Amino acid sequence: MDQKHEHHHDDEHDSELSEMQLRVRALETVLTEKGYVDPAALDAIIEAYETKVGPHIGARVVAKAWSDPSFKRALLDDATKAVLSLGAINRVGDHLIAVENTPKLHNMIVCTLCSCYPWEVLGLPPVWYKSAPYRSRAVNDPRGVLADFGVKLPVGTAIRVWDSTAETRFIVLPMRPTGTEGWSEEKLAGLVTRDSMIGTGLAKAPSEVA
Amino acid sequence: MDGVHDMGGMHGFGKVEPEQNEPVFHDDWERRLYALYRAMSYAGVWVIDQARFARERLPPAVYLASSYYRKWELGMEKLLAELGLVGPDELAAGHALRPGKALKRKLAARDVPNIVTRGSYSRAPQAPARFKPGDRIRTKNIHPTTHTRLPRYARDRIGVIEAVRGCHVFPDTVAIDKGEDPQWLYTVVFDGRELWGEDAEPSLKVSIEAFEPYLDPA
Repeated sequence: MDQKHEHHHDDEHDSELSEMQLRVRALETVLTEKGYVDPAALDAIIEAYETKVGPHIGARVVAKAWSDPSFKRALLDDATKAVLSLGAINRVGDHLIAVENTPKLHNMIVCTLCSCYPWEVLGLPPVWYKSAPYRSRAVNDPRGVLADFGVKLPVGTAIRVWDSTAETRFIVLPMRPTGTEGWSEEKLAGLVTRDSMIGTGLAKAPSEVA
Repeated sequence: MDGVHDMGGMHGFGKVEPEQNEPVFHDDWERRLYALYRAMSYAGVWVIDQARFARERLPPAVYLASSYYRKWELGMEKLLAELGLVGPDELAAGHALRPGKALKRKLAARDVPNIVTRGSYSRAPQAPARFKPGDRIRTKNIHPTTHTRLPRYARDRIGVIEAVRGCHVFPDTVAIDKGEDPQWLYTVVFDGRELWGEDAEPSLKVSIEAFEPYLDPA
């Protein structure tokens, strides 16, 4: 295995490899020796997901939709096509669907069966998204789940939960915070959190980033 | 299959616990495992629903007690053995004991920018779509022991077709090596009370992405 993937631990108690470290090391060695995988490609995958793909991409899409009404219409009509039209942003695969939050309707995304998530615009999902508490409760206790995130919606706001049971993928277009008139797209993108694009959070208020 | 992976509506798992400033991976083995999984997917040895079905078939207690990437690792070991690509003896030895089989292709570092874009699951339809937006449907009461993407909480329930999403690879067949059998895919929306009874959150609507074979007219 590549040297740079070796851990060095000063602490004696921490020097034994865990079961999972051993299993994955064996798996990588066997798959490499059999000629199935190239370790350089593995490094490139890790680098892509740690440094290139992430919620900053979705945040740019949302900021653009907040700033440009024709882009917003295009995004809600066909998110795959609209995101592709931005060019500078990461390429996006098929079947991306954007859903809009309004004062009357709050959208939330879940995958009750596994962990389906819009990787290309949000990166890899956080642990809680893939966890039993979220997967079990999002569909029947969404207000309780929102409370776990410290979010309380007005009573009059209806909730729509999208269970990602196929290869369609969803991104929430959160509401634009008030007090952001005249802001640049770049500045607006700073208000768009990952959770606001899953529907377990709201976009930040200007006071939170001042 | 009616496994523990089908979690929608279950009780007792507790609160959702978000982690502040969560890293993309929590340990180096998670990084390597994720990359191994993606590289083997690229090699064309399995399709996504086969990999999902392998994880669903882990023993329930193992599934519930394992971290996310541990489930991926165990599912991968299972699939590699079932496909005759890696023997359990080789994993135990930590080295290849037999030469590898020829695979469709091998991922090189230069191909990685292309794999962060998902492929298309759209396929040519075998027949016209049976439903249109606004149609009332009842989901089937099915309990296959094999892979399905119709969650238990949404079976035998009345809903409305909200959108037609095109014709897609059918997970139920492709997961068990019975071909892509493309089917129309719909967003079907249910009233919260239809799913959870009179005590449900009154404003709640839940949708699933449902393949046509899961649906009957209502």
